[in-house]
Amino acid sequence: MSTTKPTNEMNGSNSNSTLKKRPQSYRNEKQAQIIAAHIALVLLSVLFVLPLLWMLSTAIKPTSETMTTPPKWIPSHFLWSNYKDAVMYGSKELGYIPFLVYARNTIIVTVLSVGGAVLSNSIVAYSFARIKWPGRDLFFGLTLATMMVPFPVTMVPTFALFKWLGWVGTFKPLWVPAFFASAFSIFLLRQFYRTIPMELSEAAKIDGCSEFRIFTDIVAPLSRPALMVVALFTFMGSWNDFLGPLIYLVDQHTFTLSLGLQAYQSQHGGTPWNLLMAASFLVILPVIIVFFLAQKVFIQGIATSGLK
Amino acid sequence: MKSRDAKFGLIFASPWILGFLIFLTYPVVASLIYSFCSFSVLRPPKWIGVQNYNELFHDEVFYTSLKNTLLYVAGAVPLSTVVAIALAMLLNTKVKGMSVYRTLFFLPTLVPMVALGTLFLWVFNGDYGLLNDAFHKVHVTPPNWLGDPTWAKWTLILISIWGCGQAMVIYLAGLQDVPVSLYEAADLDGAKAWAKTRNVTLPMISPVILFNVVMSIIGSLQIFAVPYVMFPGGAPARSTYFYTSYLYDNAFQYQRMGYASAMGWVLFIITLSLTLIALKLSEKHVHYETN
Repeated sequence: MSTTKPTNEMNGSNSNSTLKKRPQSYRNEKQAQIIAAHIALVLLSVLFVLPLLWMLSTAIKPTSETMTTPPKWIPSHFLWSNYKDAVMYGSKELGYIPFLVYARNTIIVTVLSVGGAVLSNSIVAYSFARIKWPGRDLFFGLTLATMMVPFPVTMVPTFALFKWLGWVGTFKPLWVPAFFASAFSIFLLRQFYRTIPMELSEAAKIDGCSEFRIFTDIVAPLSRPALMVVALFTFMGSWNDFLGPLIYLVDQHTFTLSLGLQAYQSQHGGTPWNLLMAASFLVILPVIIVFFLAQKVFIQGIATSGLK
Repeated sequence: MKSRDAKFGLIFASPWILGFLIFLTYPVVASLIYSFCSFSVLRPPKWIGVQNYNELFHDEVFYTSLKNTLLYVAGAVPLSTVVAIALAMLLNTKVKGMSVYRTLFFLPTLVPMVALGTLFLWVFNGDYGLLNDAFHKVHVTPPNWLGDPTWAKWTLILISIWGCGQAMVIYLAGLQDVPVSLYEAADLDGAKAWAKTRNVTLPMISPVILFNVVMSIIGSLQIFAVPYVMFPGGAPARSTYFYTSYLYDNAFQYQRMGYASAMGWVLFIITLSLTLIALKLSEKHVHYETN
């Protein structure tokens, strides 16, 4: 326990003269704090990850082993075929649950939403960050204020509007609004665009570059990390959306995954927990993969969203 | 040159100007008008004055759903805020493997609400659930998490802890911005860990706390998907029937869209009031750097 790393002591005594005067007890206290932090972190991360591991464990169990007391963590044999059964599930009330159709629907909605959000927000944020026009800052303030409007307030008229357009029952209400930008993404991108020196734009203008060329050739390529954050947030929001599909999708064959997952839950008891967990994991998997691929960008994006 | 800028500015901003008008201004104004109408998908809106609001203020289910929602907000917002700050402070001790821990705490926020609901239905399951097994191991009789009206709400509040990863990341960024010199000065004064937390850390991240708390209040007031999946119909005994659940049912189950719009506007006013209260209460405590 008392083995302090020599480098630590070196750094301490070199960089900060006050440390030299510190008694041994201070360093011991510091060390005890670090050990305590580690223990707390290990325990808490177990608490946070346990339900997910439980999901994985249940997903590969034979049905009989899902209902044992005490619960079994490691199944007697790994029933990987649960994943196949979950995808090809047939229940009495609903017949066949078309998991692959749900997956296709979700991908269509998500891809269109992400494309629309990146396109619209990148260009709108450019206007707010790098072009001067009368009323711009007032409108930006108004834009931020709209983040306070709860979704249920706009829910009924928006539904009535899409109904009037004949879009209820189609995917359009789920992805078309993405092409009209959103306050949160505009805010994120604007913060980023403002860090790019204006001199770059001015130099390009002198060279005869149009505003649109400056956007596509200079600002957008430099803003790739911020655009990634917008893409990721939109991807997650769209992939995980529940209320939207619940309101607008009518026919079971147009359902998205988050809506379709409910079909596994039998209303009359006897939920096939192992298949439900397998299906749930398949729904989560793409989000987790995308997150791990872009973790750094993503975490930075969230961090900046809180700093005004 | 100036007017050219204005032209381009408006052209570039046009998707949002349209979005702002079509998907925000119009619905907010229209729902105010609808709230004074009798209106369903089949019938066009008919003006009925303040009748919806009159009925609303005498509607027991409305009060139940409002009470449930405010109780949930009162439980979930402080709890998840404290947990998120605590996690961020632990991560900020610069322990080894910080990014691994951060990922583990963040992972649950990636899980779709429906999957989250079903997973916790399974974890809290009375017969074969993971949690009750832990209780039995230490010979404590677990509460009826899903079947008891008081506990069902607590189950949802506990689940909210699991989603504090986003706030945690924002807090961590705030903590990393606190100048080290402040802690060094506190050390020289012989300040203990708690004194440093109280007098340095918390005041320095207070603007971030305010931001997260306000966002958390707005979000929690709209809780819908997890209880919808876990407790169909707001069971047991309507204890998990929340504001948005009732609003949704009025709009799409009972076809009472005018009534639902009135509920929407009442929620809007509640949201604004709670936010203003949070801003007002925090005035004396939030510390802003002056440049």
